[in-house]
Amino acid sequence: MLYALLCYNSEEMVFSWTKEEDDAVMAKLAVVHGRLAAKGKLGPTLRLLPTTAATTLRKSDPPMVIDGPYAETKEQLLGFYIVDCEDLEEALGVARELGEANPGGAYEIRPLRVFIPGTLPPQAQGAAAAG
Amino acid sequence: MTDLAWIDAALTSARPQAIGALLRYFRELDTAEEAYQEACLRALKSWPQRGPPRDPAAWLIMVGRNAALDGVRRKSKLTELPPEDTISDVDDVETPMAERLDGAHYRDDILRLMFICCHPELPATQQIALALRIVSGLSVKQIAKAFLVSEAAMEQRITRAKGRIARAEVAFETPGPAERAERIAAVAAMVYLVFNEGYSAGPDDAEARARLSEEAIRLARLLLRLFQTEPEMMGLTALLLLQHARAPARFDDQGAVVLLEDQDRSLWNRDMIGEGLALIDKAMRHRRPGPYQVQAAIAALHARASRPQDTDWAQIEQLYASLELFTPSPVVTLNRAVAVSKARGPAEALAMIEPLAQALDGYFYFFGARGAFLLQLGRDAEAREAFDRAIALANTAAEAAHIRGQIDRLTADARAAAAR
Repeated sequence: MLYALLCYNSEEMVFSWTKEEDDAVMAKLAVVHGRLAAKGKLGPTLRLLPTTAATTLRKSDPPMVIDGPYAETKEQLLGFYIVDCEDLEEALGVARELGEANPGGAYEIRPLRVFIPGTLPPQAQGAAAAG
Repeated sequence: MTDLAWIDAALTSARPQAIGALLRYFRELDTAEEAYQEACLRALKSWPQRGPPRDPAAWLIMVGRNAALDGVRRKSKLTELPPEDTISDVDDVETPMAERLDGAHYRDDILRLMFICCHPELPATQQIALALRIVSGLSVKQIAKAFLVSEAAMEQRITRAKGRIARAEVAFETPGPAERAERIAAVAAMVYLVFNEGYSAGPDDAEARARLSEEAIRLARLLLRLFQTEPEMMGLTALLLLQHARAPARFDDQGAVVLLEDQDRSLWNRDMIGEGLALIDKAMRHRRPGPYQVQAAIAALHARASRPQDTDWAQIEQLYASLELFTPSPVVTLNRAVAVSKARGPAEALAMIEPLAQALDGYFYFFGARGAFLLQLGRDAEAREAFDRAIALANTAAEAAHIRGQIDRLTADARAAAAR
């Protein structure tokens, strides 16, 4: 089963990290990423630019373009992983590992199905077929 | 990251909102800062045990407020004023003020906190130091290091600046749209000052000063998050990101300035460029151009060119022409002339800067550009004269070294010509 791990954290805080702090977190995360990739469990992984770079199209009539993210929240969606896990328990395990490397905030674990076949990279496609 | 590093990041990011709210509550900067300090001390004790609160800023505001009020009560007892009177005074003030402490005003709180640092009576360096101390929470030691002065001198500078703003009138009411726009403009200018203070560094102090540029970017992002629909804030943030992206390529191993066209573009920070381009793209949709957007658009054209010869100089020249309308200044015209020299040749560029000679009489870049135009026109003797002036006016050893490189090229050419 494919799961999306949606990464929520306080953007203000993440962008207050010094370069050293940021590097330290990234180095720890890289270890976890490496482990997941070696097991063939790691699909597309993206870090989103800050919400200040976001634009939202509200589907009103006529549609309205709004500067900023869809939802104003205390913690923001900053990125996501797609991982291939047996079940929720395993996905939670991955989230725990990632959480130890990168404290603060939350991971939302969302099972997903492929919407349009062929739009995921081959690695994740294989994972989807296997799952 | 360790617990402590994490708490430190939480305190830093909550700082502007917390001090901003405490300032609105106590209407006195010193009291607000002390209250925040006290709240931080308590956070360091409480958070590692109980875990961080869901909303660190709100926690700090409430704890800071209570701690400061306790302090007021204690102090009144120590000075043996009639205690009931004082306490009832505090309580009287407390009730209506507690309502004012809600989070709804945090945008204007942070804006006000930044705005008091931009007092027009304060010279630029004091505004910058004050903002770094009060808003960013850098230590006096860190600021002193960035400014290359002693800690004692910086302490004195900050104390003097604080004294001046303590006497200034600050409006604590929620600002109207016009006043808010004025404040945003003043604060944006201050953030740009902080950035430039970091950016104008030479190679030796570049590392200490890079902290200033990074802090300016953090403040710009903070402002943009508060005022998401302000195209000029998008422009400012984009401008800082696009300029800072080039930092790794600005000096060579010997510490000499590397001109934009000679920079190794593979060293540019692609993530920052990506974010900067996204922001200027967003800003332009508003069709409300302003000086930061125009400057960011210029920086974006440089960032988009993968080789110097791909640079769209004609477009850059047009952007400088519109920048001249927003912020007319001989320096902007000088920059426009450089673009003209690339787009249409040195003769027109030289004609454009001749009228600036008096205004830019003491300006390094004027003579550097003039020398370069003359050199391209083959007027070597005059070029040499301009370069000599430039060296005399250079602010850093790196600038002087760069001009000397051009003179050496002239000399070598002259020798080669003589040998032929």
